Amino acid sequence: MENPNHIIAVEQILAAKQSLPGALLPILHDVQDTLGFIPSEAVPLIARALNLSRAEVHGVITYYHYFRQSPPGRHVLRVCQAEACQAVGSDALAKHAQAALACDFHATSEDGAVTLEPVYCLGHCAVGPNIQIDETTLHARVTPEKFDQVLAELRSKP
Amino acid sequence: MTTTIYIPCDSTARALGAEAVAASFASEIARRQLDVTLVRNGSRGLFWLEPLIEVATPAGRVAYGPVAAKDVASLLQADVLNGGAHPLCLGKVEEIPYLKRQQRISLKRVGVTDPLSVADYLAHGGTRGLRRALTLTPLEIVKEVTDSGLRGRGGAAFPTGIKWNTVLHAADEKKYIVCNADEGDSGTFSDRMQMEGDPFGLIEGMAIAGLAVGARQGYIYVRSEYPHAIAMLNVAVERATAEGWLGGNLLGSGKAFYLQVRKAAGAYVCGEETALLESLEGRRGIVRAKPPLPAITGLFGKPTVINNVITLGSVPDILANGAAAYQAFGCGRSRGTLPFQLAGNIKYGGLVEVPFGLTLRELLYDFGGGSLSGRPLRAVQVGGPLGAYVPESQFDTVLDYEAFAAVGAVLGHGGIVAFDDTVDMMKQARYAMAFCAIESCGKCTPCRIGSTRGVEVIDRLAAGNPGQTALLRELCDTMQNGSLCAMGSMTPYPVLSALNHFPEDFSRRPR
Repeated sequence: MENPNHIIAVEQILAAKQSLPGALLPILHDVQDTLGFIPSEAVPLIARALNLSRAEVHGVITYYHYFRQSPPGRHVLRVCQAEACQAVGSDALAKHAQAALACDFHATSEDGAVTLEPVYCLGHCAVGPNIQIDETTLHARVTPEKFDQVLAELRSKP
Repeated sequence: MTTTIYIPCDSTARALGAEAVAASFASEIARRQLDVTLVRNGSRGLFWLEPLIEVATPAGRVAYGPVAAKDVASLLQADVLNGGAHPLCLGKVEEIPYLKRQQRISLKRVGVTDPLSVADYLAHGGTRGLRRALTLTPLEIVKEVTDSGLRGRGGAAFPTGIKWNTVLHAADEKKYIVCNADEGDSGTFSDRMQMEGDPFGLIEGMAIAGLAVGARQGYIYVRSEYPHAIAMLNVAVERATAEGWLGGNLLGSGKAFYLQVRKAAGAYVCGEETALLESLEGRRGIVRAKPPLPAITGLFGKPTVINNVITLGSVPDILANGAAAYQAFGCGRSRGTLPFQLAGNIKYGGLVEVPFGLTLRELLYDFGGGSLSGRPLRAVQVGGPLGAYVPESQFDTVLDYEAFAAVGAVLGHGGIVAFDDTVDMMKQARYAMAFCAIESCGKCTPCRIGSTRGVEVIDRLAAGNPGQTALLRELCDTMQNGSLCAMGSMTPYPVLSALNHFPEDFSRRPR
């Protein structure tokens, strides 16, 4: 179903960015930053503006892990699953996170508060296991107890 | 007299609570009406001590750490403004052995300056390299970089001067400088520290590269997992442009170099240079077949210098102080310094920039202090997810590109991830294959299919079918020799090193 607000937002972004060299990724980032995800109705608009096929735009959106095609929960929580964090217990932390949220990776908790994603390195490899919330907040040396505190705070936020 | 207190804004320090510490200092200073300036510097890279604050005293900068917000009142009570004694006092920061034993060149300003302060940058040698480059011919700049012996710090260690020379001699009106800031390897954070802690250094290096090869446009492709680095770079580009370090008239020379920061989107394989170029052009990050090299046919089909953050960040110093000064450090064909990154299960994790030539053991124990858990170190992965697991018997290997190649390992980007004796090496081998299956771009069959088959073979091994070892080796051989890029061809490094050095983990009975 087409959301007219989405169409307006995408058209504004296209007007600002479509003449950049290699404009597709900057446009997709702006759409996701503005709307929280990349709605399906954005695809034909972007394709037309950049003289691409819809398949090409769809292909780019689905190729990159960062782009999402459906709205996330109120917060996106990323748990690092790469080697340096594995060396200090990130596997156990991931299991704890999945149990605490009662959802798998790439899914959202039933209350809609948190979308859980794996991430392969946040660049804080000397102080793992690390988690990131909404690209704004980082937590290092995360134990299951600390995770529960962070989660309680998140759930209490609107 | 105004006293300056430094509180890092580096994102690892923030992950450990630096923002709360800064807020607490700000309110306590206001409440006590103290004459203090708070400066947000980068991190010194001594992460077990973060948040590490420093007070500028007449005798030098005195460090305290790790500081929590609740410590701030007691610190001010203890007269830290004059470097007073306190249980968290670490003495003069430059005398801390971990830092004193380093040779910081690429990252010499990181942790010292306010990363976005133009005045700080100039006071610490900033733009000297660019100013000298503007007095040289392009050929002379390239010769300086070639003579320094600088090799690509992203991992492939290709001589930077030779790459630049190819682009210089490529006949085209339009050329590009691309900075590969897609630092996706686990256990690495030196690029992030450079971008967050000294973004002007990277910008200056890129401007010099532009002058050297005749490029007027540059792009920094930064991974989306580094939002803070992206924000710092964007402000730094704006300020550098206002200062004439970028733009249409570099320091009044009439020469131009423009720079844009581009955000990646979470594909590990885009750290491979040709996949990165595809992504910058707005496509899926699919690897290109080489030749042609990016130096000939790169971004938008034009000759392109594509270098890692640390490579470009090393260039200003080489121009400012001359090739010979840089070349004097290092050993064998590995010249200069490498910012090593100690990570994983390690007591004193952090950034260690030293000349090539120490042994891995010295780094792990003299700097790293052994494992964090207190258990014996069993395996160390050097060079990221595509690097080999090095067993204790090889810890005396000298840290230089050739010495590591000689033992079947790679130095790569200098990331070192330590594991203690609780590690299950078959699980690590399986993870290497699984990671390749997730991140493969899909262009070539050995990588796309081989990685999935690799996971299956290892699962059968785990189920107690030892005959699968031969099949795993054969599969690795195909991937190593048949893949288009390092993603597929180097995934066998962690897999085979685990199998070769830790066979006992592959032959246990099924659980």
